[in-house]
Amino acid sequence: MSEQKINQVQFSAETMELVQRIIKRYPEGKQKSALLPVLHLAQAEFDGWLSAPVMDYVASILSIKPIEVYEVASFYSMYNLEPVGKCLIEVCQTGPCWLRGSDDIVDHLEKKLNIKVGETTADGMFTLKTVECLGSCGTAPMLQCGSDYYENLTTEKVDTLIEKLRGSDQRSTYMKSNMQEI
Amino acid sequence: MARLLEHINVPGIETFDVYRKHGGYKSVEKALKTMTPDEVTEEVKKSGLRGRGGAGFPAGMKWSFLDRKSDKPRYLVCNADESEPGTFKDRYLMEKIPHVLIEGMITSSYALGAKTSYIYVRGEYMYIIRILEKAIQEAHANGFLGKNILGTDYSLELYVQPGGGAYICGEETALLESLEGKRGNPRLKPPFPAVAGLYASPTVVNNVETISAVCSIVNESGDEYAKIGIGKSTGTKLISASGHINKPGVYEIDLGLPVEEFIYSDKYCGGIWKGRKLKAVVAGGSSVPILPADLILKTAKGEPRLMSYESLSDGGFATGTMLGSGGFIVMDETACIVRNLWTFTRFYHHESCGQCSPCREGTGWMEKVLHRIEHGHGHMDDIDLLVDVAKKIEGNTICPLGDAAAWPVASAIRHFREEFEYHVRYPEKVKNPKHFELEPFRSEKVLATV
Repeated sequence: MSEQKINQVQFSAETMELVQRIIKRYPEGKQKSALLPVLHLAQAEFDGWLSAPVMDYVASILSIKPIEVYEVASFYSMYNLEPVGKCLIEVCQTGPCWLRGSDDIVDHLEKKLNIKVGETTADGMFTLKTVECLGSCGTAPMLQCGSDYYENLTTEKVDTLIEKLRGSDQRSTYMKSNMQEI
Repeated sequence: MARLLEHINVPGIETFDVYRKHGGYKSVEKALKTMTPDEVTEEVKKSGLRGRGGAGFPAGMKWSFLDRKSDKPRYLVCNADESEPGTFKDRYLMEKIPHVLIEGMITSSYALGAKTSYIYVRGEYMYIIRILEKAIQEAHANGFLGKNILGTDYSLELYVQPGGGAYICGEETALLESLEGKRGNPRLKPPFPAVAGLYASPTVVNNVETISAVCSIVNESGDEYAKIGIGKSTGTKLISASGHINKPGVYEIDLGLPVEEFIYSDKYCGGIWKGRKLKAVVAGGSSVPILPADLILKTAKGEPRLMSYESLSDGGFATGTMLGSGGFIVMDETACIVRNLWTFTRFYHHESCGQCSPCREGTGWMEKVLHRIEHGHGHMDDIDLLVDVAKKIEGNTICPLGDAAAWPVASAIRHFREEFEYHVRYPEKVKNPKHFELEPFRSEKVLATV
């Protein structure tokens, strides 16, 4: 995907129709409001991250300047500006999760996947990240993968989860499935 | 008595039909068919309802500031960017009983004269967005959204907007920037959103729980709602309980419930886990001052501390705290105050938008200094240095994120200074990240060895 050029980047017809419907939610001329949802769609469609050609493509669809896309994509933590594994594992580490043992979950994942936080496994399957509060403090410790929350984690539950996720691709699950019904 | 969560355990309550069977959407019927928009606003004013997102500003008063003379369209925007550490009540409400929010949005939009409204949900809550989209579709199909709702001349479109992962977008002007497709940089006020908000039009931004509470206020009347609670803390409040307790979760309480009952009663938190002792509580989300066990259970005057805006703030920041978002984080005797604070400060550093230098730089320095104290590399001077940095952030930024980062630091040192000193004195003992789990901190021990 790093070899992408803007003329090779194109949403599927289905996604494009969805994009057009999203743009209609805002007053005329305010199509820039669609930027955050469209970036989620782009990330889901193009391997889970936003390359420069993908961002340029989004800019062209919304009739805004590429810099307006870059500055937004780099501001919000959910947009990945580098390639990620097929399963991006995001472990919450803020106070309430830490109190219930999130450090143990991170340690366990590092050992199990044989990578450090911020790294991707050699087979491109898993990327491990720590994140700040995901609003799951009452069910801590927790992690997010794709659009799913996995809560009240123990090291055993993590083992089962990793085996379940192995071989799957969670990058495209994020946005598409739910917005199609709008 | 439960208002928002009254029917939470009814099977299928997340669907329109079941929700409707249990009295759902009555407030829309009542408001649109028998009340003027101003009469609805008047009821909200009478109810004494205060903003449930954290600031506690009277909701009716906020509504009354909306510029009704402007010829621009008006907007109601629901703040569902729930990101304050320790807070997960809005998520629970939207997941379990989404129609209460949709109903509240319709009734409130009618009161404010909004024809288009948005619910801005934090992007990580994607599965919640799915639930809300479905609820909106159902409301549409049943004539509660769209053109000429219930045959009246009132029309409303309601949309869900996903965020991109940024705590700062919970600040209302940052949220509006984000909804316009920009970075979440808070705006300088004035102008306030009530005058120039979304697309520079008059806008009200309210929290999920605030908007949801409007349903019972309209159904029962503002005066009836105001009878619940204590003093100026009217109504019920959702409390997100987390940390070292037996029963973490979301509880709807009548404001005024004693804190001791909330922590120890089996109806709520069910006491401290593993038979341990209570050490400290952060009562209203990570931003509010931390209090040690004695001060969270009783005020400095020795009166029982209550779950209300006034009682929790009794004593000011010297001996009190704030109700905030109702994110109630409990710590047992093995919790390390320094490490917990370090995670909070790391959070604020990560989430600072970077606009104001006191916050952008100050949060980074506080994180670094706390990291070194926690990891056994601190100096005694670092403790006052932290207090100094916190003081220089507080009040010197565009938005309250700076204050939110400063208060936890200042309060932790105010109430637990000896624990910071212990970290500096005994670097070897704190090198194990679980130091106080091995041996809980006892302040008299420090005194004995000095």
